[in-house]
Amino acid sequence: MSYLRKVLAIVWKDVRAELRTKDILSSMLVFAGLSVLIFQFAFDLRADNVRLVLPGVLWIAITFAGVLGLNRSFILEQDRGSLEGLLLAPVDRSAIYFGKLIGNLLFIFAVELLLLPLMTVLFNVWLLSPALLLVVALGTVGYAAVGTLFAALSINTRAREVMLPILLFPVMVPVFVAGVQAVSRLLDGDSLADIVRWIQLLVAYDAIFLAAAMLLFDYVVEE
Amino acid sequence: MVTSKRTRGESKLWPLLLGVTAVLVAVGVYLAVLWAPTAVNLPTEAEQMAQRIFYFHVAAGWVGYVAFGVTAGAGILYLLKRQRRWDHVAVSSAEIGVLFTAANLVSGAVWARPTWGTWWSWDDPRLTLAAIVLLVYIAYLMLRNAIDEPERRARLASIYGIVGFLSVPLSFISVRIWRTIHPAVIGTGSETSQGGFDMSGDMVVVLLYAIFTFSLLYVVLLHYRLRLENLREQVDDLKTRALIEG
Repeated sequence: MSYLRKVLAIVWKDVRAELRTKDILSSMLVFAGLSVLIFQFAFDLRADNVRLVLPGVLWIAITFAGVLGLNRSFILEQDRGSLEGLLLAPVDRSAIYFGKLIGNLLFIFAVELLLLPLMTVLFNVWLLSPALLLVVALGTVGYAAVGTLFAALSINTRAREVMLPILLFPVMVPVFVAGVQAVSRLLDGDSLADIVRWIQLLVAYDAIFLAAAMLLFDYVVEE
Repeated sequence: MVTSKRTRGESKLWPLLLGVTAVLVAVGVYLAVLWAPTAVNLPTEAEQMAQRIFYFHVAAGWVGYVAFGVTAGAGILYLLKRQRRWDHVAVSSAEIGVLFTAANLVSGAVWARPTWGTWWSWDDPRLTLAAIVLLVYIAYLMLRNAIDEPERRARLASIYGIVGFLSVPLSFISVRIWRTIHPAVIGTGSETSQGGFDMSGDMVVVLLYAIFTFSLLYVVLLHYRLRLENLREQVDDLKTRALIEG
């Protein structure tokens, strides 16, 4: 089996397991919707301030809902005792990382694909432009790259799921700043060319942490 | 194997170095507070006095970043060599780094109050970065606390120390771009121009002295913190052995 097929086999396993229960997707989606609702009350989002606050609300909804999904990806394996089986599979450990990463990305993308139209309707701001989708996708890749590594790391701690956001959020600052700023510039009518520095930063973050996580994942799961 | 370590730590060098550092720090306080010239181009006396914090402030910030770099380097060495002492270096350095970064933030806030008129400003990239970095390493220490098994703790903490340190330059770039393209809502001009002053030759001397002294203080603290970590490990070993031997 080629490397790519091994990765896809792990992705497919996670997708099938998820399609049977829909636990992760539904909880992420409901949580994302709830956080938008909470922010609506917290900031009283109206036509005059919605462009100012909405980029932050969008990214908080994505990050918070994302943590739920990232946590489940390894905790479920641990609780069902299938983690050892996964680690014993005759594949390179980095294939496990990429399989888990792509699975997590698919779940977060699925949530985003429902969240963005929902927010577009609720706040009457067009969030579905190709440039905006690109920014969200780039930010999500960096987020999931670090998040998948730290999720594998936090199942080894006493606090398990509590540990993940504490580890993840301080390291996530560049993605969050770049994501919020780029989305808010796009909503102000800027084009992709105007926010090229943010795009560059997001691409650099994705590349650096994908490479670092790929190298370090071996050490996380070596027991 | 355990007892040989115990006798080795009694060298005379470190107590001597500790004493020298204490004297140097005391002299540093004198130099910064009394000897260094007053910053002549600052308008109020409060600002002029607050400016003297600068020497400790910069030196503490310097030690903080050096310490976190050492933590990341020791993490890499641990993953490669699997010697427990590298993990001891990593945790000792991280704790000292958190201490000095906190000192850097607090001294900055004390200085900013008379100079900027506020304790804290999110408009300053360096200030924002210091806060982010402090959170990264508090998370690092919390991670260590949440793992009981020493080998696993060392391995996972090394990984986090490396990833955390990698994020520092990117965080700096992000807050930097954020603030340079952000419209200036409060005040005008760059924040460095508020409370800036010209450094005279004597001021540079005091600053370099402070950086040297704090670096030495870091080395001494690291040594004693390492010693503590080694002793702690010996106690754990002895306890385990006592349990096994009943």
